[in-house]
Amino acid sequence: MTEAELDELRRLRRARDRMDREYARPLDVPALARTALMSTAHFSRRFREVYGETPYSYLMTRRVERAAALLRRGDMSVTEVCFEVGCTSLGSFSARFTQIMGEPPSAYRARDHRELQVVPGCQVMVLTRPRKRPRAAARASAAPGGSSRNREAAVGAPA
Amino acid sequence: MTVSVSAVHILVDDPHAALPFYRDALGLTVRHEVSRDGFTWISLASERQPEIQIVLSQPHAGRSQADGDALAALLAKGELRPLHFACEDLDATFERIAATPGVEVLQEPAEQPWGARDAAVRDPAGNFLRIEQA
Repeated sequence: MTEAELDELRRLRRARDRMDREYARPLDVPALARTALMSTAHFSRRFREVYGETPYSYLMTRRVERAAALLRRGDMSVTEVCFEVGCTSLGSFSARFTQIMGEPPSAYRARDHRELQVVPGCQVMVLTRPRKRPRAAARASAAPGGSSRNREAAVGAPA
Repeated sequence: MTVSVSAVHILVDDPHAALPFYRDALGLTVRHEVSRDGFTWISLASERQPEIQIVLSQPHAGRSQADGDALAALLAKGELRPLHFACEDLDATFERIAATPGVEVLQEPAEQPWGARDAAVRDPAGNFLRIEQA
């Protein structure tokens, strides 16, 4: 592993950290590529190779994760949550949320989330974090009898 | 019979370059330094927990090239496990950390929904650290 290869990984990490930190702002892939000091095309390709999903997919997953946390609180409407996490289109937000979480944001908001109350607060973030997973693992947990959380995650796997 | 933690290991690409962060900003005290085969190990400790050694070492130290490469890549891309520290004065500690060259601030001191007040940074090597108000 050369120093240049490690430096490229560090620059990709900075772009990913920026998404974690600034997801609520109007980020786009060219701006993230500039953070990584790369061309947009090279950045998108290398990010996908290193982290297993495209930068846009990572950003939307992060937004959906934060949206789910806000919806569980129950004191914000779906529209408010959509804008709060940096999405500008309610339609594309709802579609992406449904794809990743396995149910529309309105249904998720209305559902009982008390089962999470037994989990220490800082672990809820980890437990509910949607994550791209290998297709085989997603298929396995999509089998009947899998937990609801696994079914939700499986829906988010690439078709 | 009781069991306690005696040492924890932190991977950094250059233990000497990590000292401004771990020694000067976090305030840990350097205990030992060992160099062998081109690698360096530095152990530090907190005044509050002098029995726990915090050991800085390099990804390739004592490992095959392939395993060292794998760990170095995980460190660089930010996928090693997070480290958690607690301190008595989060704001003062954070100020020192944020002024340390190479540190990347991920979250300024803030109240968390789970009740803690904490901040999050990457050390100059890329490790994720959460620092909580004790």
